[in-house]
Amino acid sequence: MTAYLLRRLGTSIIVLIGISIFIYLLLHAIYPSPARAVLGLRANNAQIAAWNKENGYARPVIEQYLSYMNALIHGNLGYSYSNNQTVASLFQERVARSAYLSGAGLVLAVLIALPLGIFQAVKRNSLGDSALTSAAFILYSMPVFALGLILIQVFALSFPLLGFEASQSTSLWTVIGDWHDMLLPILTLTLISVALFSRYMRSASIDVLAQDYIKVARAKGLPERLVLSRHMVRNASLPMVTLIGLSLPALLAGNLITEFLFNYQGLGLLFYNSLGKEDYPVLLAYTLIGAVFVVAGNLVADIALTVADPRIRLA
Amino acid sequence: MATGQASLPPLDVTRAPEGGEVGAVQSGWRLALREFVRNRLAVVGVGILLFFVLVCFLGPIFYHGNTLQANLINAHNPPGAGFPLGTDINGFDILGQLMKGGQAALEIGFFAAFVAITIGALVGSVAGLAGGIVDTALMRITDVFLSVPFLFVVLILAVRYGASVLSLSLVIGGFSWQVPARLIRGEVLTIRERDFVLAARTAGAGNWRLIRRHLLPNALGVMIVNVTFQVADAILAVAYVGFLGFGLHYPNVDWGDMLSDGTGFLTDGYWWLIWPVLTCIVLTVMALNFIGDALRDSMDVRLRRR
Repeated sequence: MTAYLLRRLGTSIIVLIGISIFIYLLLHAIYPSPARAVLGLRANNAQIAAWNKENGYARPVIEQYLSYMNALIHGNLGYSYSNNQTVASLFQERVARSAYLSGAGLVLAVLIALPLGIFQAVKRNSLGDSALTSAAFILYSMPVFALGLILIQVFALSFPLLGFEASQSTSLWTVIGDWHDMLLPILTLTLISVALFSRYMRSASIDVLAQDYIKVARAKGLPERLVLSRHMVRNASLPMVTLIGLSLPALLAGNLITEFLFNYQGLGLLFYNSLGKEDYPVLLAYTLIGAVFVVAGNLVADIALTVADPRIRLA
Repeated sequence: MATGQASLPPLDVTRAPEGGEVGAVQSGWRLALREFVRNRLAVVGVGILLFFVLVCFLGPIFYHGNTLQANLINAHNPPGAGFPLGTDINGFDILGQLMKGGQAALEIGFFAAFVAITIGALVGSVAGLAGGIVDTALMRITDVFLSVPFLFVVLILAVRYGASVLSLSLVIGGFSWQVPARLIRGEVLTIRERDFVLAARTAGAGNWRLIRRHLLPNALGVMIVNVTFQVADAILAVAYVGFLGFGLHYPNVDWGDMLSDGTGFLTDGYWWLIWPVLTCIVLTVMALNFIGDALRDSMDVRLRRR
């Protein structure tokens, strides 16, 4: 198993290096330097060239890439000229709130999807199961903003129960305590994930129910709820482990739409603002970190599955 | 010796001697089509898709909604006389805008899927057939592109190279080819061991001829299923990009763009700016997902009812 894990780690590192080169070159081709944004629209070419030379944007691309990577590893993510602060400090202000939103969404989704999938499998093809499968299918086909808009309309406008704008507070504790404003954004993320998770949970539970050890447990006289809680949950949760690992990138990316819709001051909204302002250092750092999360998420999913499923370990 | 006996009934080749009908042998595609038609959701999906294609492309011939001239007197009219679905902030007719937006969405969806499947088929078949170091290198490149955070890169490129059907299709298709590449490589790895490939090689077929005439046509089932899902994903991606405000702009129309304008008025009660567009987006994507699921099930021989 250690050999497999080491190989997997090696592949991930190669992919990380490849993707960092690709993204850096792509963004460099689009925005070669922030000179125009800093000096203004009236700057002439000589001023731009001088600024570029002074700030290291006139060097060959490879050298710029290597020095950027060097700085990145040491925690220096670049400097945002539009916001007049370092990119790292910009991220630091917002990372806690984004992590809370995605984390809460993920945890809630797992807590709901697990029993839901098992219920669907046990009562397979009944009315409840068909209704839930159809609902999951519709939710799965919906874009995130569609679900968000429907939730806002129903729960905040037609029946004024909850707030339609997320909490604007800068303190994480206030945000966590403000469920009136935060419930809808969290619910949006949760429902999208539940649609995906419950599908896999349902099919995995159906597979487990057909296994011999369930038959033996029932034959032994074990009450049904113990059969489900002792034997089924653990075995049917394996695909969920992979899915959670694969949801890690969404901790950064998927909230983009939700934060935009509910005006929640998180990393997603920072990305959207930087897009409009063409704030290239922020975009570069954000995309690179997003890519790191994708690779890390895949790696975690693989490792977690190898650890959780003994059948894989021996392969 | 059968003198005076009544002649036997004519030999009926469609009935077996003892009960049960014996159908004539049908080709694989006919069987898949039959399975597809049996799936009611798929038929509904095809119906919805056809409806949108017809309304969006043929509708403007019959219905002339004002989508080009600002008409501020009539701005923000609810659905009523002369405006079946109301008007938006500029006085443009919502139904006319929906049709134009639908044209853009469908065009971008199909073109992006075409780009994705072309690149994917190329990469996948070359990797699968060549094997060895070419295969490993191409698969590593595919892994790198798979790790690209799709929405971010598409947004950055859309902002920069913006806002036209062609550029959006190229950008979306250019980052969606990884999954078809993997699928087609898997299919090619299976197919290339078959005897007819060996026969073709013996007859002197070169690699490109093998790919064109033997490998890809036999991977067509997988490709068709994937293309359907690609179209759905591309339409979703365009909706996301448009919703954030970076899609097509006047005089072109984009469903996401309409929605982005409409959500500004969510609390003002102008429901006709939001819900019709949303329904169109969701229905189109759902229809394509139904069709894709049904296609996948109908191609799977194990699920055939016989």
